[in-house]
Amino acid sequence: MQLAYYPGCTLKTKARNLEEPAVASLEALGFRLEEIDRWNCCGAVYSLADDDLIHQVAPVRNLIRVKEQGNDRVVILCSFCLNALKRANLLMKGDAEKRDTLNRFMDEELDYGGEVKVLHLLEVLRDEIGWENLAAKVEQPLRGLKLAPYYGCTLLRPREVAIDDVENPTVLQEFLGALGATPVFFPESTRCCGSYQVVSNPGDIPGYARDILSSAVMSGAEGLVLTCPLCDYDLGKGQDELVKKEGFKGMPLFYFTQLLALALGLNPGVAHFELNYGSPEAFLRERGLLS
Amino acid sequence: MSVTKRNEEPAKKAVKESAGAPPVGLTPIYVMGKRYEVPEGLTLMKAIEHAGYKFIRGCGCRGGTCGACGTVYRKPGDYRLQVALACQKTVEPDMHISQIPFFPANRAVFEFDKLTVAPEEVFKLYPELFRCVACNACTKACPQGIEVMDAVSALKQGNIAGAAEIAFECIQCGLCTSRCFGELMQYHMFQLARRIYGARIAPRAEHLAGMTEAIADGRYEEFLDRLQGMSEDELKELYREREIEPVTAGEDWTPEDKAYL
Repeated sequence: MQLAYYPGCTLKTKARNLEEPAVASLEALGFRLEEIDRWNCCGAVYSLADDDLIHQVAPVRNLIRVKEQGNDRVVILCSFCLNALKRANLLMKGDAEKRDTLNRFMDEELDYGGEVKVLHLLEVLRDEIGWENLAAKVEQPLRGLKLAPYYGCTLLRPREVAIDDVENPTVLQEFLGALGATPVFFPESTRCCGSYQVVSNPGDIPGYARDILSSAVMSGAEGLVLTCPLCDYDLGKGQDELVKKEGFKGMPLFYFTQLLALALGLNPGVAHFELNYGSPEAFLRERGLLS
Repeated sequence: MSVTKRNEEPAKKAVKESAGAPPVGLTPIYVMGKRYEVPEGLTLMKAIEHAGYKFIRGCGCRGGTCGACGTVYRKPGDYRLQVALACQKTVEPDMHISQIPFFPANRAVFEFDKLTVAPEEVFKLYPELFRCVACNACTKACPQGIEVMDAVSALKQGNIAGAAEIAFECIQCGLCTSRCFGELMQYHMFQLARRIYGARIAPRAEHLAGMTEAIADGRYEEFLDRLQGMSEDELKELYREREIEPVTAGEDWTPEDKAYL
């Protein structure tokens, strides 16, 4: 089965370790992620100013690409891209006046009215493949790995675009369970990683990382599971500082798609663990999951 | 004062806006807001010259490849700004035209030998790349019909080869840059992409080394000596008698005499 797929810029540069294992894993599960043609940046941060329509052009244009290429839905891996496209989609569906303004501005494109459904890969795994079916495909269960699912913000907030319960999400726990790992609940799992605030205040990075990572450690986690390249950057950089300056032990950070590929028994090369923070390769070797 | 006079000189041929329908064979156009009647079928460049202006710059090859005569125009009843190369586009009734022969854009300074194919090289030299909001005004402003925004997107995605290929026909007229909401320097970025692509990414032409070696070993020496020893008449005869590729020849056509291929 074929799924239209929107990657986003970061997955093509810094976060190849999020994309490549996803594409390979979905192939193994009988789905082909078909990258849409001529996509552009998602806009990165959804603009909250009510009349700032120029910053809705980028996400809406991508949705138009999905539609004009004959698709009624699109799958996204990056939480930030998901958030931007989903919210722009709601705007186009629900606000006739702004929809009209945007469609007129993009007079070279098809008119768009929110027809495309925007999905996160976790939703496809949960709702279309199902945890039981996924578990049945697992070749190498991640048995004994105590992993803390970290949602961050953009998968869950605001409520209108959340892929799961805003307060008590379970989708990553269920996902980890299906792969045979032991999900560890920790109180900071939906806390903000610092997002782009760290660009203007780089000194704040270790603070966010300290709160989130120590909460995971104290809950018994051996590794953190992420969905977002920005969370990865903030927490990874922050952890590196904590290790250097505060004697923090450090833990591997994983993208959920890397664990998926590992559990499905794919060639570990597709996971690009060498791009991760927190030396996951040594950890996985120690646990007999990587040779 | 004298400056004003010189600038007003072309106005000799200007006619009043209320002049009504022009004589047959003439087309009304507006150059920088002033009405002129020019012969139909002229290019914008020739029409501007016909109106009395003299190009000192903003006019290069006159063949559509140098990018010196980027021009913007509008027509009555259409809100869209349109673009053309003045040397390529022919006049249309009532078009208001203005040439933009140059548009300022800072070009990054770099040591090419030290550049790699890493996406970050472009990000560092042109950080304003990330100011793009995907408004697509650049694409609409390209007289070459390049999908300029797609090439910008390719650069953001670290796809230098893609950007170089999409923007291959860029003639650096700068009209994209003149229209950019995010104040990007598209035409310089694309030049950088093409340079990196050409030097580091595109496959090498493997036959080239063999050919240069053959030339260095004297493959054409005897032939060149023979040419140099010929009289003018002999050279003319040789030229007249040369084998010419027929117009209808297919791609696999080769000459009878393959001695110098």
